[in-house]
Amino acid sequence: MSLRLRVNMIKCTGHGLCAELMPEFIGLDPWGYPIVPRADVPEDLADLAPRAVSDCPTLALLLDRGDRD
Amino acid sequence: MTLATLGEQEYPPDDATPATWSSAGQPRLPEHAAPLPRLLAGLAEGRSRSAGLEAHERRFGPLPLPEDAWVDATGWNLGESGRHRRGRRSRAHQARSARRAATRLIDVAERSGLTGRGGAGFPTGRKLRSVAEGSGPTVVVANGAEGEPASRKDRVLLTRAPHLVLDGITLAAFAVGATRAYLAVHDELRLVAGLEATIAARSVAGIDPVPIEVVGIEPRYTASEQTSIVQYLNGGPALPTFTPPRTHERGVAGRPTAVNNVETLAHLALIARYGDRWFRQAGLPASPGTALVTVSGDVAFPAVYEIELGTPVGDAVNRAGGPTERPRAVLMGGYFGTWLPAGLAWPAPMSHPGLREVGAAMGAGILIVLGESSCGLAETARVLRYLADEGAGQCGPCIFGLPALADAMAELAFGGDPTAARRVAGLVRLVEGRGACRHPDGAASLASSAISAFAPDVRWHAGRGACHGVRRPPVLPVPSDLEYW
Repeated sequence: MSLRLRVNMIKCTGHGLCAELMPEFIGLDPWGYPIVPRADVPEDLADLAPRAVSDCPTLALLLDRGDRD
Repeated sequence: MTLATLGEQEYPPDDATPATWSSAGQPRLPEHAAPLPRLLAGLAEGRSRSAGLEAHERRFGPLPLPEDAWVDATGWNLGESGRHRRGRRSRAHQARSARRAATRLIDVAERSGLTGRGGAGFPTGRKLRSVAEGSGPTVVVANGAEGEPASRKDRVLLTRAPHLVLDGITLAAFAVGATRAYLAVHDELRLVAGLEATIAARSVAGIDPVPIEVVGIEPRYTASEQTSIVQYLNGGPALPTFTPPRTHERGVAGRPTAVNNVETLAHLALIARYGDRWFRQAGLPASPGTALVTVSGDVAFPAVYEIELGTPVGDAVNRAGGPTERPRAVLMGGYFGTWLPAGLAWPAPMSHPGLREVGAAMGAGILIVLGESSCGLAETARVLRYLADEGAGQCGPCIFGLPALADAMAELAFGGDPTAARRVAGLVRLVEGRGACRHPDGAASLASSAISAFAPDVRWHAGRGACHGVRRPPVLPVPSDLEYW
């Protein structure tokens, strides 16, 4: 099972909580918006991904689960 | 209601050459034996105004819809159930034959190899099929709200050959069983009123079973994006939305929605008449048919031309009278597009795969020639500023990144900042793929291709500041009431 994170950039206002929670995976650009790799979330961060999604104040972070790609 | 009759066996007349088509009692169309022009056939005779319905039908023949395709005021006669059941048994029979005809129309569109002419180049037949297979009632949207400042093809079609576009809308509505049809254009009084009058004339003649509603969209760059138009039709602002859901799954009123460029629909109107083999008589096997291209910049006769796909860029420029000075570079695909050095661009075939090979894209068929006396970096800086201002203002990386990108390019072009080129490259990576729509990607592609196509200029500017070309009047059009330096 693979986990992927996506950002709805229209909703995102750059709180940066996701990057604070998973700094190993999510970076921030100079304006404070998250840079989310288009790759599977590493297994050791798998527990944090759903938390980042639910903690996002604007509900802009999405988690795709699946075996696709 | 009198719909054009077309015997079911012949519908669609996919293997009918124009000769056998005319022998079946249809108007003779000798000009269609020649590959070109097709969409602009009415213009080739020096017609300066929009073709009337009569002239249109004389030229192209009637709209090939099966007579029993439509049930008055209730919808397309495609369903097995519900409102059609109260009729006689023949009703169900008619519904089956109409449904088969609709499926065949999609088959022919698929076999023709027609791809979207709005920029993305998605196969039209496949799009129609996925909407047709969606559940419940569907919607057709014709996108004629060309946001590209250097494109005129949609406007030319809508004003010179509107009946081809409207035929295409009705055929697409039939193919997917749509009960609502929209034509989105720039919100200009004359354009909208002209189209409404044309639609009214067709409705008197009983041509379009589904009423076609003209929708005026504000002429902003990102307002012509398909999700913008769908959101606008749903009562929201004309701004791009987050996808998925894609419009072919959930679009207008939550229904499966086929959004097609108006040129694509005009091609569909001809394919439905003359078939996929006829369509493939022009163009390349992998990129069949013709396309409208807007050729402008430093050429003798900037205008919209119809070319066969696969025509080398240089030939397209020569159709426009050739360059008026030694060409330096070509901007392919508009402001979403790619700068190519003239030497690389000239032999490149104008088709999606052909241009991809040289790192460019067909876009909406926009080709701008830049002569040697201009500064490509200054031109790019102006357009980047325009793109930054034209963003929808929804996504952070676009709101902050595009003005920063425009600043960096301006500092390179006008200020001679030696670090500016590196900053441009860094900003390109920061904005690319980070918006809800592809607006930042387009600006990034324009900026990065300028850095590589004008590499000698980049070195010159970095060392010495602005070149004399920056004082030349701008070549790339930027529609604005603001001064962009």
